[in-house]
Amino acid sequence: MAVAAELEDRKFEIGEFLRQEREKDLLRFSTAGSVDDGKSTLIGRLLYDTQSVYDDQVRSIEGKGTAAPGQIDFALLTDGLRAEREQGITIDVAYRYFSTAHRKFIIADTPGHEQYTRNMATGASTADAAIVLVDASKGVLVQSRRHAYIASLLRVGHVLVAVNKMDLIAFDETKFRAIETEFSAVLDQIATDTGTPVERHFVPVSALAGDNVVHRSPSMPWYTGPSLLELLEALPSAQGARSAPLRFPVQRVLRPDQSFRGFAGQIASGTARPGDEVTVLPSNRSAKVERIVTWDGDLDEAIAPISVTLVLDRELDISRGDLIVAAPAPATIARSLKAAVVWMDQRPLDLSRRYLLKHTSQTVPAFPASVDYRTDLTTLGHVPAQTLEMNDIGAVTVNLLRPIALDRYGDNRSTGAFILIDSETNATVAAGMVTAASSDVTTGIEDESGAWGRVTAGEREARWGHRGGVLEISGPAALIHAIERSLFAVGVVTSRIDMDEVSFQRHPDLLGILTGIQTRSGLLTLVVHANESGKLTARAEGEQVSVDTDESIRAVSAVHQLLHRVGIFVSSEMAGL
Amino acid sequence: MPVAEREFQIQPPPAGALRSHRLSHLELLEAESIHILREVASEFERPVMLYSIGKDSSVMLRLAQKAFYPAPIPFPLLHIDTGFKFAEMLAFRDETARQVGAELLVWRNEPAIAAGTNPIVLDTKRCCGLLKTQALLDALKHYNFDAAFGGARRDEEKSRAKERIYSFRDSAGQWDPKNQRPELWNLYNARIHPGESIRVFPLSNWTEMDVWQYIHEEKIPVVDLYFAKERPMYVRGEALLPIEQEFVAHPGEKPQMVKCRLRSLGCSPCTGAIRSDADTIPAIIAELISFRSSERANRAIDHDQEGSMEIKKREGYF
Repeated sequence: MAVAAELEDRKFEIGEFLRQEREKDLLRFSTAGSVDDGKSTLIGRLLYDTQSVYDDQVRSIEGKGTAAPGQIDFALLTDGLRAEREQGITIDVAYRYFSTAHRKFIIADTPGHEQYTRNMATGASTADAAIVLVDASKGVLVQSRRHAYIASLLRVGHVLVAVNKMDLIAFDETKFRAIETEFSAVLDQIATDTGTPVERHFVPVSALAGDNVVHRSPSMPWYTGPSLLELLEALPSAQGARSAPLRFPVQRVLRPDQSFRGFAGQIASGTARPGDEVTVLPSNRSAKVERIVTWDGDLDEAIAPISVTLVLDRELDISRGDLIVAAPAPATIARSLKAAVVWMDQRPLDLSRRYLLKHTSQTVPAFPASVDYRTDLTTLGHVPAQTLEMNDIGAVTVNLLRPIALDRYGDNRSTGAFILIDSETNATVAAGMVTAASSDVTTGIEDESGAWGRVTAGEREARWGHRGGVLEISGPAALIHAIERSLFAVGVVTSRIDMDEVSFQRHPDLLGILTGIQTRSGLLTLVVHANESGKLTARAEGEQVSVDTDESIRAVSAVHQLLHRVGIFVSSEMAGL
Repeated sequence: MPVAEREFQIQPPPAGALRSHRLSHLELLEAESIHILREVASEFERPVMLYSIGKDSSVMLRLAQKAFYPAPIPFPLLHIDTGFKFAEMLAFRDETARQVGAELLVWRNEPAIAAGTNPIVLDTKRCCGLLKTQALLDALKHYNFDAAFGGARRDEEKSRAKERIYSFRDSAGQWDPKNQRPELWNLYNARIHPGESIRVFPLSNWTEMDVWQYIHEEKIPVVDLYFAKERPMYVRGEALLPIEQEFVAHPGEKPQMVKCRLRSLGCSPCTGAIRSDADTIPAIIAELISFRSSERANRAIDHDQEGSMEIKKREGYF
């Protein structure tokens, strides 16, 4: 739409237009802020002045909100949910689209208050650039520092500092320069902490009046730099780190018939060409790329972030979750990692619980070993912490049940990123950025007692995914075997005591002593009474279930659910829920 | 608007060409969508693709062909038939499914259709609720689908702008906009409990313009109703109403021949046509540039009340 006016002036040529469109690339940027900073006004202005808003959308908001009759409250263009319109705030990330003659843009528009830190991180995760707002009449506030910090932590390449509301300070250059100096120092401090240099650009704007948003402002002749939009058009687009070594997470094995076996995935970084030597991780086997298959024909070269299917020159056992990498520059195999995390869930980080870590195309059980520190976003200092609560940012050490192949987030925004999922509620609870990795499981090296003391119940639970306990079970032997086997199959560490053994009949106290020791050692003891009854009865922690034996699948599932209900199974996964 | 008509063909880059140029926006969007399609097919037990016959569905279907090539599409297509779809749409649907070689499931809310549900007897909101939302929820439940692809785009409507690519729905199929899972990088959380499901929108980041350009470049077939042609319409001021259903007509009203086309395909009683001369895809794109209103402006269902799309989505609509 942006080009409409321009094109109507000269003789419109659709062929030329389509050619131009094909050449356009894509830049993703995020914004963060609240109505007070004029963020919605800025976005609204950007959309309106590039003619990216339709007439019916403008008509639907004209004279509404805080605008005078006939004027437009630009914020209403962007606040999409009822709760947002009712409360006059932005709650969630909204994605918006516009294009100019040179480039298409995707805006991740996020709220600015502290309680929405997680939304800001979400918006920044895919952004090439971030617009950070500073209210010229108020100076550099905590909120602007927080936005800049998150942008830097998530490795957004460019920070555009929009010093807004210049009209309120009479377009005063001295005040603008003072803000520029102050905020530059903050950005340097942030870069030191996150380890990511921040490319910065300062622009004095008035979103309300439109100065230096799309068009350069006649009110600030002392500013000779580009408008915000001109900057956005000129930034180099970071198209998936193509100069980095090849990283290709396998999403799916395609096997339409016996003759074809291809590995489907999206190139996370680098380039693939037929003949390239590659290594498959974590199995560490080598092969050469034979073909790069697409629906549009085979390619001689595929660059990030294109989605393709690779065929290798020899049969290797490869499945979803494996990482195909450039042989000369492999990734790290990790059983333990340190990461910066943004905590996103109401339930704080719990070191005794088990989470699921999703990284590229695989999900592995993960056990947080320690919280290394929490970052105070006001001072940018590191504070000792036992846990992380919603919207906290900090550093953690995490152990993994299986080794995975990864890179540092600082080296690769794709293979260095992960999310944590609560294995019980299924909520996405954290975003993580790998800072260090080790092939050994970390047992909390900083914590001497943790490393050298007795193995604790929490550590056993973390490793095995369940607590110790006793399951008393009576019914036909065949069904009990099936139950024992089903528990074994999901990784439960069990021990079995058959009550018809003579030693237990001779020494009635023995059972209690033995199950006590085993429970404290984290084992699940099955106390079995085999009989010919038509019912299977299972009891744990004082709860009992009884099922007809002819429904054996239901009986197995009822026992698993019982163990979940009474808290022996920590996650619902073992219960097959 | 002044459009210089000219035959115009854009050749796709030849197979095997060096692609060391920077990727265009369409190549980037395609790569992202294919990644999403493959993730869902690999992580869910029973995915399905909602196929609505429109341009967005056509693009989504082509992306699915590309995602799994040379293997077939590993999930069925599902069409929710309200009984008010244009005859041309249904013919196109069956032909497309045959050509693509995909399994096509069609679901209709037969009790509601038999009871004579239509947007005049009821209001559009309740009609839609029965023939689309209820039918969809019934079909998903009947087949036990745990993930359903939809062709919705975030640029269509304000509440869609805040929807995730993986949109979590509770066991009643409902959307809770205030309790959405954060979605970072391209790491999608596919974990659900039994009965819950995910609606997946692989075209989330596409705009209407992107969709048409892709159709043009990829030469994707679309329903003829998108192209301008002389068609009989009930003409009421600016509005052009298709004559497919008799109950639409006012007493004594006679259709007139008008050169027109449909900008988005829905149910015939609720989808207005627009006057147009655009009979090729470049001409449609040229027309799009000159438009000053959004594509759903002609859809009665989105305008029942402020935030009506959000309300429908909360109830289980796509």
